[in-house]
Amino acid sequence: MPQTDLEIVVDDPTAPEDDSPSVVSSGTIEIFVCLLLLALAATLGYDNWRTGASWDSTGPEPGYFPFYLSVILGGASLYGLIVALVAHRAAPETFVTRAQARRVMAVFVPTLLFCLATQFLGLYVASFLLIASFMRLVGKIAPWKSLLTAIVFTAIMFVTFDIAFDVIMPKGPLEAAFGH
Amino acid sequence: MEALGLLLHGFAVLLTWKTLVLMMVGLVLGIFVGVLPGLGGPNGVAILLPLTFTMDPTSAIVMLSCIYWGALFGGAITSILFNIPGEAWSVATTFDGYPMAQQGRAAEALTAAFTSSFIGSLVAVLLITFLAPMISSFALKFGPPEFFAVYLLTFCSFVGLGREAKHKTVISMSLGLLLAGIGMDTVSGNLRMTFGSSELLRGINFLVAVIGLFGISEILLTMEERLALRGHAASISLRVVLSVWKDLPKYWVTLLRSSFIGCWLGITPGGAIAASFMGYNLAKRFSKDPESFGKGRIEGVFAPETAAHASGTAALLPMLALGIPGSGTAAILLGGLMVWGLNPGPLLFVEHKDFVWGLIASMYLGNVVGLVLVLTTVPIFASILRVPFAAVAPMIVVSCAIGAYAIENAMFDIWLMLGFGVVGYVFKKIGIPLAPFTLALVLGNRAEDAFRLSMIGAGGDLKVFWSNGLVGSITTLAIVLLFWPAVDGLLSRLGWTKQTKRSSP
Repeated sequence: MPQTDLEIVVDDPTAPEDDSPSVVSSGTIEIFVCLLLLALAATLGYDNWRTGASWDSTGPEPGYFPFYLSVILGGASLYGLIVALVAHRAAPETFVTRAQARRVMAVFVPTLLFCLATQFLGLYVASFLLIASFMRLVGKIAPWKSLLTAIVFTAIMFVTFDIAFDVIMPKGPLEAAFGH
Repeated sequence: MEALGLLLHGFAVLLTWKTLVLMMVGLVLGIFVGVLPGLGGPNGVAILLPLTFTMDPTSAIVMLSCIYWGALFGGAITSILFNIPGEAWSVATTFDGYPMAQQGRAAEALTAAFTSSFIGSLVAVLLITFLAPMISSFALKFGPPEFFAVYLLTFCSFVGLGREAKHKTVISMSLGLLLAGIGMDTVSGNLRMTFGSSELLRGINFLVAVIGLFGISEILLTMEERLALRGHAASISLRVVLSVWKDLPKYWVTLLRSSFIGCWLGITPGGAIAASFMGYNLAKRFSKDPESFGKGRIEGVFAPETAAHASGTAALLPMLALGIPGSGTAAILLGGLMVWGLNPGPLLFVEHKDFVWGLIASMYLGNVVGLVLVLTTVPIFASILRVPFAAVAPMIVVSCAIGAYAIENAMFDIWLMLGFGVVGYVFKKIGIPLAPFTLALVLGNRAEDAFRLSMIGAGGDLKVFWSNGLVGSITTLAIVLLFWPAVDGLLSRLGWTKQTKRSSP
């Protein structure tokens, strides 16, 4: 066998265990989502009705089209709610296991913090912080590798967007200190 | 042939160093995106779209479409070498591609995959070259009622022909249409559904939603999986390539059949995923020994790859000719057109000849260059997978944020992206399809305008949608498709089982 002597092997030491207990069932989430969508449909429907959802001399009023869409959305969500409530009693299907939820949160929380940091420190500083700390804390990668990757990636982004393509990103105090 | 002359002109537009370099950059980025877990065609195009904002439309579309071709090629690499489909449409490729790699025939399988992708795209591009101008010149006669009927047809066929639960498709679509309506009403100038927020005044940008829905949510989903992988690394020698190509004529039936399936499903919203499975299944059914499929048969790689690529490419046909995207990625390209100030639709062929024919020419050239590129660089791209996901994930997050911010220079959009990321994650997990949402969001305003303009023209009479043969038959077809499962059931009860089975397997 020529050509395939080389193998690529990547391990995932923090992989979620298969036997991890379920946190919440899909049915419960479906019911929850349908309720949210119903509420949204009601809110938007009311707003459009207020704007005017009937016909006047020039044709349909601004709220006409979205009002009936809200009705359709509401109807479909209500139907989904009933289907989910009926199916819920039968067999609960796992939405997410505890181990999976932990991993998802390990990405979601840093992403949330990154968005916050972008608002106050500018995108590039936030990007450096996100990459360096994520690699170090979540990926358990050596500090120098994490720092180097973060610096190089952020620098490439800065040069590509802000300098080469003139796409200006939000800046913070650090960039201000350098006169950008 | 007028099309040929214009196509040659398109090549002339294209053959500058700048465009060729952009093409290479696009292809490399695309393959990259296709290989990496947690990123795919639509995400890649959406995230990289901001790079093109300051380019002229022709360079921009060339680069973006090359990212798309690259992603299509890249998906096959991980399917064959690692048994991990980089994209949903590469799932069928793993059936025979991975067994081939296990038998030490990885190079052969990769060559087969790339070559058949190339053939599939080529057939679809030929179709676009000759059919798109015809359709668009026909569509120039369309008024608002006809356009609304076509939009209705698109929406209804998603509901009627989609494989997801019907009410979930309806939820996804009506939500998309509603969100598209937020902000300033284009006809009357009134504000709608803004609830006094100045941020919502601008409306919800389609690209921001896409980046969140596909980019952020995909990372969350990827993290749930075990990310360990083990696979073969292969380099392709010229000898293998030539030996596969020499055998190619033997499989012309399979290639042709898959190309047609792909083109058909690409134009209608069946999509590349359905096309790849159908291509595979039909190749198996018509084979002399179907037993050997799944054990490393080269036809099992040819069939799905050709179909997937033909479909992915053909999805651009309705986008170019009518302004209606046939797939998620086509929808994002359509969003791009609007950002560059082009108005998608049949007028594109009249007003922006350079752009359209440049794009079509780039489909030919991009596929040739892409084929050569992937054949020579497979080992490099396969080794990208060595990079730990803990390093890739934050970089993708940053790229998504840059993409979302750059569209309108608004911090609010980064938060919106995060919100859509959560929505996308939850929707995918409970089986609400995202494609109808995307389509509705990008077409929402145009569909509503068409509806209201036809209503104003007709004095509020709904009969305008049956006022002539053309618009009447499109509207009727739309309604038939909306209730297709019921119609199909009725037909088979009337004893039409055989015919309907064959036309919709």
